Amino acid sequence: MGSSSSNMDHIPDAQHLMQETGFSAAHLVRLYERFDFLDKDDRGELRLDDFEAVSELAMNPIGDRIIRAFFSPGRETVDFPSFVRILAHFRPTDTNRTRNGRNGAQPEPANSRTNKLKFAFQLYDQDRDGKISREELLQVLRAMLEMQVTEEQLQSIAERAIQEADLDLDDTISFDEFKKSLEKVDIEHKMSIRFLE
Amino acid sequence: MLGLTLLLLLPTAAAAAADRSRTEAPPLRGPGLRFSPPVPASPSAPPLLLLPQPGAEYGAPGVALARSAAEEPDGPAEEEDGGHHGEHGGGYRVVQWEWSYVQTPFIIAIWLLVASVAKILFHFSQRFTTVVPESCMLILLGLVLGGVVLIANKKQLYQLEPALFFLFLLPTIVGDAGYFMPARLFFDNLGAILTYAVVGTLWNAFCTGFCLYATKLLGVIDERVQADLMDFLLFGALISAVDPVAVLAVFEEVHVNDMLFIIVFGESLLNDAVTVVLYKVYISFVEVGAENVQMTDYFKGVASFLIVSVGGTLVGLVFAVILGFITRFTKKVRIIEPLFVFLLVYLAYLTAELFSLSAILSMTFCGIGANKYVEANISQKSRTTVKYTMKTLASIAETIIFIFLGISAVDKSKWAWDTGLVSCTLVFIFVFRAVGVIGQTWVLNRFRLVPLDKIDQVVMSYGGLRGAVAFALVVLLDGEQVKAKDYFVATTIVVVFFTVMFQGLTIKPLVKWLKVPRSTSRKPTINEEIHERAFDHILTAVEDIAGLQGYHHWRDKWEQFDKNYLSKLLLRKSVYRKSELWEAYQKINIRDAISVIDQGGNVLTSARLSLPSMASRASFPEVTNVTNYLRENGSGVCLDLQVIDNVPGGKVEEDTETHHVLAGNLYKPRRRYQSHYSRHFIPLGEKERQDREVFQRNMKSRMETFKSTRHKRHKKERTSPPPVPAALDGTQSPPPGPPSPTGGETHLPWKGGVGSPPPCVSVEATKIIPVDLQQAWNQSISSLESISSPPAPAEPVHPRVSALSRLGATRPASYTPPGSVAASSASYTPPGSVAGSSASIGAQLSQGSFCFPDGRKDEEDEEEDEGAELQPLMSSLRPPGSLPPAPPGPGPGPGHTPGRAPGPGRRRNPCVYLRSLVTAPPSGSGEPHSRGPTQL
Repeated sequence: MGSSSSNMDHIPDAQHLMQETGFSAAHLVRLYERFDFLDKDDRGELRLDDFEAVSELAMNPIGDRIIRAFFSPGRETVDFPSFVRILAHFRPTDTNRTRNGRNGAQPEPANSRTNKLKFAFQLYDQDRDGKISREELLQVLRAMLEMQVTEEQLQSIAERAIQEADLDLDDTISFDEFKKSLEKVDIEHKMSIRFLE
Repeated sequence: MLGLTLLLLLPTAAAAAADRSRTEAPPLRGPGLRFSPPVPASPSAPPLLLLPQPGAEYGAPGVALARSAAEEPDGPAEEEDGGHHGEHGGGYRVVQWEWSYVQTPFIIAIWLLVASVAKILFHFSQRFTTVVPESCMLILLGLVLGGVVLIANKKQLYQLEPALFFLFLLPTIVGDAGYFMPARLFFDNLGAILTYAVVGTLWNAFCTGFCLYATKLLGVIDERVQADLMDFLLFGALISAVDPVAVLAVFEEVHVNDMLFIIVFGESLLNDAVTVVLYKVYISFVEVGAENVQMTDYFKGVASFLIVSVGGTLVGLVFAVILGFITRFTKKVRIIEPLFVFLLVYLAYLTAELFSLSAILSMTFCGIGANKYVEANISQKSRTTVKYTMKTLASIAETIIFIFLGISAVDKSKWAWDTGLVSCTLVFIFVFRAVGVIGQTWVLNRFRLVPLDKIDQVVMSYGGLRGAVAFALVVLLDGEQVKAKDYFVATTIVVVFFTVMFQGLTIKPLVKWLKVPRSTSRKPTINEEIHERAFDHILTAVEDIAGLQGYHHWRDKWEQFDKNYLSKLLLRKSVYRKSELWEAYQKINIRDAISVIDQGGNVLTSARLSLPSMASRASFPEVTNVTNYLRENGSGVCLDLQVIDNVPGGKVEEDTETHHVLAGNLYKPRRRYQSHYSRHFIPLGEKERQDREVFQRNMKSRMETFKSTRHKRHKKERTSPPPVPAALDGTQSPPPGPPSPTGGETHLPWKGGVGSPPPCVSVEATKIIPVDLQQAWNQSISSLESISSPPAPAEPVHPRVSALSRLGATRPASYTPPGSVAASSASYTPPGSVAGSSASIGAQLSQGSFCFPDGRKDEEDEEEDEGAELQPLMSSLRPPGSLPPAPPGPGPGPGHTPGRAPGPGRRRNPCVYLRSLVTAPPSGSGEPHSRGPTQL
């Protein structure tokens, strides 16, 4: 990454971002290139259309939800720092070894287990009331299972899932219940991707 | 001695084996001395399919069959029997011929028996097996057996034969491993696995080879070991590969976490290609001589590696596709579904072997690739069959391998000892393994999401076990070409023993001490299934957004491809439409249902089961010794009742009793419907439908009935009318209403001692068919009369019976009054025989009424009654639907027929049981179900 230093200049607030997200300079440069690529109009912001231009996302059954997760509530655009902050959720959890340069010093980095789960939780919880209702779960299931199952089957799966996870019997899954139901899953592994430098 | 046997042998059993030896070495003739099964007269001599053939046992080449007949059994005879020894031991011609006829399968069977019995013996001591791995014990047993044979024979007869090892024993293990490989885990870690398998093995092979050569030059290794660089490199190649059999055997008992296991085990499988190529290349180098090796040969070696590995994989995948495709069309021939799996997986191995490709790779990838489609296509029963057969074969093959490793070691003529070589090899393989692992992990961790930490590395280094593959390869060496073969054999044996026994023994404490995360055998919940699926989608999307063509990107691409093309090609249409998540959901549901039954369900089951017995037993209040007898006997009926009372303990017994009672009583009549037999189907017949029905009703009524707890029921029982005791009192008038309140369960005779009326029947009678109770009662009385006076016309019975069976048709609606014990017990009956079961109420009553008199009367009546009682079982052969209003034939027996025929036998049994107790208390066949129709 010989050009990294020169490219770094284009990135607004790079040092701070590195601190905050734990991405290395090389990562940031690469992500910025990607951001730039997605940002067709060079406005320094991504809009919904820009995301939808990624053809693979159209194939993704819950792609639209993930795109929406990039947008903070009420905003129509995503600037580079928020873009990186969202992606930081998917950094591998840091081990003791210093990996990719520096570690985020903040108490709860975005790639912590809880934050990874929170991101996933948000995808279900579309009305952001902190609970996955039966209907919300059904929507996700419907999207993921496409036409393969009948509505009845969907209902029973959702019913079962809620029964299983719902500890306080309010017929919804709160974040704590969500976390609890996945406590045995290796989230650090299953919600991480390897970012190229 | 050699000539005849080799001639006989080579075209048959060894023909297929020849390819490995053909391509790898010409050694069969050399070490093949022992490879000499005298061809049996049977045309199907070579063991078929996956039958593991303990190769070496026909040690003495068939010069003298008589002699071999006398000698062969020595090994097995130690543990098994000397029986055949004596029979065939003579020198008579006829006897000789017979022995040679059965010799091969006989000896194989005996060895399998020895191995299996040995396994049983080891597992007698729980404490022992937790400390000492089975593989160690098997090797020790092999050593002992080998020693015994040697002493008895002055000559080692048995040895692990390379050809049979590679053709039969190894494939069974690899096939099992490949087919049941957790595919996702495997591919998640494929990078690491491949690195360790290829780079690690090469590293080990070269370093060990060069360093051994160096120590030879330094003089540490004795002069007698005539070996140059090529020989040592060859030896390094065969000794460096981690052995799948040993790794499986040891790691399965250690239960390290999945990731660690898959990396070590995957490496041991995938390094086969490296081993095969190195081995072959070096052997050809040794043959032509090191000085004649040209530069192009090295490149050829590299090319060969690519061809062997990629080719092997491709062959496996092709067979996987074929297998998936074939199982698409086996709907009509379910019974041979498992066979296709075995055949094609094995053929993948043989085909790769045929082209001298990596057979292990081929088989592994065939298994991994086909698993998903095959499991979806074949029936549940076939799945179970495949699983159990594969596991059985693999287990026995593993056992035999280890035993024979032990036996082979005793053969002193085969090896020559050199301390320098042995100790240097031991040190080198251990050191280089550790160095290799650490080095590679360091590199890999730069790329891995989940880095392998130090503890993992220690376990991986320590888990580099060598095993039977190395041994078989070293035995295959040509003693003419490789002068130091005997030294190599000895060293290999020591290395194998050291790794399997010492490291195998110590790895468990080590893992414990290092606190390596263990694997938890836990089934995923539906939430995990859902969310992990979502995670996959999220990661794919994020990779796409971030513009990374990473692992998830490609995995998603593959899944798309699989869904759009492969699955369409390889899955049945019906299966293709099903969603995996839905499948998972159903699996979880089934698991839950089973666990419900396992845990709490037996309360339910036994409750229902025992209720009829309660009733009938309660109808004999004065026969207190009967109840005592029951209790002392620990009969199922009694114990079941305790389950109702929630008396803990003896659960296991209760379970088995319950199962016995169920199997003996409930299922038998149904099973008889299945007279249909087909070689091609396992008919999904009445029984399964009924089972499902029974189960559904069970669960349903559990929801409705059991939720409101037993107390309700008890209440009802308490207020339930006792019609039968009324009969006992001699008042032949049936009480239609609820008369005398009974003591309920607290006063049940087997608890309180005397005189509580039957809760069950009474409830049934009064609550459900109060109107017909009168009829039923009349019927029972008339039947009683008809017994006591056989020629009496059965005429009066008929209309009632038909009324009863008519009633049965309308019955189910009234079946589910919550809390009604009788209803719940009746819900056991299959839909087809609803009429019958309701009619059996009448039978029940009639029995209740005349059983007891019988008991007090004479035995003649009883016998007749018995006959009458058993009659229905015969008639139950009729299809359930066609239950007629039953024109009662002449005589008492047929008179009962329609009433009892399809009714579950268990209803009758307590009476029978009691009667038998009354008549012949001590011998009175304590088990109700022991009175089957066979007694007819």
